[in-house]
Amino acid sequence: MAREPRRSGQAGSERTAASGSDSKVAAGPARRKAAAASGRTAAAKAEAALNAALPQSAPPPGLSREAELEAYRAMLLIRRFEEKAGQMYGMGLIGGFCHLYIGQEAVVVGMQAAMKPGDQVITGYRDHGHMLATGMDAKGVMAELTGRRGGYSKGKGGSMHMFSVEKRFYGGHGIVGAQVPLGTGIAFANRYRGEEAVCLTYFGDGAANQGQVYESFNMAELWRLPVVYIIENNKYAMGTSVARSSAQQDFSKRGASFNIPGEQVDGMDVRAVKAAGERAIAWARGGKGPYILEMQTYRYRGHSMSDPAKYRTRDEVERMRTEHDAIEQVRKRLLEEHKVAEDELKRLDAEVRQIVNEAADFATHDPEPDPAELWTDVIYETA
Amino acid sequence: MPTDVLMPALSPTMEEGKLAKWLKKEGDSVKSGDVIAEIETDKATMEVEAVDEGVLAKILVPDGTENVAVNTPIAIIAANGEDVAEASAPRQKVEKAEQPETPAKGETEQAAKAPAKAASAVATPPAPAVQPEPDVPAGTEMVTMTVREALRDAMAEEMRRDGDVFVMGEEVAEYQGAYKVTQGLLQEFSDRRVVDTPITEHGFAGLGVGAAFAGLKPIVEFMTFNFAMQAIDQIVNSAAKTHYMSGGQIICPIVFRGPNGAAARVGAQHSQDYSSWYSHVPGLTVIAPYSAADAKGLLKAAIRYPNPVVFLENEILYGHSFPVPKLDDYVLPIGKAKVVRQGSDVTIVAWSIGMTYALKAAEELAKDGVEAEVIDLRTLRPMDTDTVVESVKKTGRCVTVEEGWPQAGLGAEISARLMAEAFDYLDAPVTRVSGRDVPMPYAANLEKLALPSVADVVEAAKAVCYR
Repeated sequence: MAREPRRSGQAGSERTAASGSDSKVAAGPARRKAAAASGRTAAAKAEAALNAALPQSAPPPGLSREAELEAYRAMLLIRRFEEKAGQMYGMGLIGGFCHLYIGQEAVVVGMQAAMKPGDQVITGYRDHGHMLATGMDAKGVMAELTGRRGGYSKGKGGSMHMFSVEKRFYGGHGIVGAQVPLGTGIAFANRYRGEEAVCLTYFGDGAANQGQVYESFNMAELWRLPVVYIIENNKYAMGTSVARSSAQQDFSKRGASFNIPGEQVDGMDVRAVKAAGERAIAWARGGKGPYILEMQTYRYRGHSMSDPAKYRTRDEVERMRTEHDAIEQVRKRLLEEHKVAEDELKRLDAEVRQIVNEAADFATHDPEPDPAELWTDVIYETA
Repeated sequence: MPTDVLMPALSPTMEEGKLAKWLKKEGDSVKSGDVIAEIETDKATMEVEAVDEGVLAKILVPDGTENVAVNTPIAIIAANGEDVAEASAPRQKVEKAEQPETPAKGETEQAAKAPAKAASAVATPPAPAVQPEPDVPAGTEMVTMTVREALRDAMAEEMRRDGDVFVMGEEVAEYQGAYKVTQGLLQEFSDRRVVDTPITEHGFAGLGVGAAFAGLKPIVEFMTFNFAMQAIDQIVNSAAKTHYMSGGQIICPIVFRGPNGAAARVGAQHSQDYSSWYSHVPGLTVIAPYSAADAKGLLKAAIRYPNPVVFLENEILYGHSFPVPKLDDYVLPIGKAKVVRQGSDVTIVAWSIGMTYALKAAEELAKDGVEAEVIDLRTLRPMDTDTVVESVKKTGRCVTVEEGWPQAGLGAEISARLMAEAFDYLDAPVTRVSGRDVPMPYAANLEKLALPSVADVVEAAKAVCYR
């Protein structure tokens, strides 16, 4: 996603500037004060809108012990992976852009639980979680982040451009909103061939303001294509809150003028996501056309690694973490309702940590691509 | 005074048409706005309205006449009270001012702007000097067909051959194609495989790319490439780059096709040549044929090619006829230029409609004793530099011809390649003939000035020959 100034080669210096409080605004005390004040106003506004938008639906159907354990493990894998990726970025092992999924794990994990084998997934640039959820190997994903030959794209794609035809994951797209027509086209192919598969097309609240999204909505409904549009509303398009960017803040209604049904879902509750996902996928698979799910979620980290964190308050982030965290919710239910022993969860934690550490180790030591790879895969050559 | 009713033009590029039917007969009285006849071309049909009140004194061109040139008098209307017999007597002079203002019903939006005559120097095809492909067996029957028919046949043949091939775009199905290139495909292949889209270039280009990622082989028609600018992000960022970005996992077998470049009298937004734009992009293959045989053989190759292809057609060439080998499966190699005319004095490199200037200029030059070798690039990316270099080794001189703008045009690219690969053989600087560095004007005289001409090519060729 190239909407921010592309960081230049020396990663370290800019990170220092971003984290080192106000070094760039520090022209004088007055200016600093003004900047801070305006920052608070925008953030306060955003928080008010956030409170108003918090989901208030009835509790969703519960999950079995096994399903909760599986969701817990899958979400934990994504979180630990992303934390590690953040660390490796800080060490200069990962370059360019790196958009972390921390906070939003319940969305992909819940949807994955609602899918059937053969269904496809496509998303934008905040894509590591989607890849891990579809079962792609953590080593291959991490090695792509570090630009190594063992990465899913042989090191030629990077964070935003990874694919696995085997796992039916179609990327990983860096242009905001571009994946929406692409996912609609994959659904077109499903219908053309008379296949049962549904294409899950993810995008954010920011991408939801792109024109091509609505061009896609129109064709998808017109031709009754088997596609589910999942709008991951994490409340901020980079640093612009939904309140400051969207005339219609209820994204489930964004398909209304095309007669596409939609619903708002508590995207921090994996049970709610799974239940809504099953409804939406059944609708699309049944030949009724597209369906929109607005997942109300939240990202704890910045938009990318160089985020000024000035557009929202620390309190807001903290409150979402402590009161709504997707993983903590499941953990609590596992311990209290499903009577899972603390030790069993600890064992799962250790298992996940080991996978992530092995991935990091592989991604650190795997060699860079062979220089000859510069020239390969430009054009597909048939044998 | 009697008025001539002239054969109207349905579009700025129409040169002739069929007088399908008279709806009035001699002696009928007519008033302004009455429909008096129907005419049709391979693109569309339209009604001819009377522009004067009076009596249809004489029908000059009977029902069913084919190939009636635009502006030919087709009937005479006598004003009320005039002597019909006298009015219908043959007259020598046709007054241009009386050319009827005819509405073009059922014509495409951009073609309907003006009932202009196709007066450009390139309107008539030069005598074909096209040699058959070397791989066409001797004695193969040649069939004369238009570029439009050749493109249609190529699509139909590939759709018969492979069920994954489908065509989508604006007006490709029910309307039979805005320029009639997809004529008849809906009837043969049904609306499952011939898909009318809403007017939504960015959306359907992206949808086509997604379908290609999932294994289909879409042919995406743009009504013109001017409108593909709305979709260029999907063409460049999604179609061209994903194979590379996926480390070779994802392939994108898609053809983006449609008319490219200036038509006639449609102004700056509808008259642009994208040859150099797309040929700039690694991951894309760019084809721009001139003859009907190349159009057919290369479009078939493009549809089978497992990579994104930008296939640049030309509206003015659609109606031009060429001999096409009658073979069951005529497929040409992508990336191979063709020496269309042999010569020893100067190499002229062109493609698509640029070939019309090049071939006419070669004839003119021959009269002055300059023998030009004319190369049709056919594929712009990958560019067949070898064929150009081999020719320049022989001639020592090169002129490039394109309708696009000069800056960063393909002429500049060819020039740079020759400097790198044939510097020691050059006896004169490589010279570019191109469109002028201005947006395309509407006025007929200015438009003509903005485009290259045969005279420009002749002059450039003589200059590099120091004559």
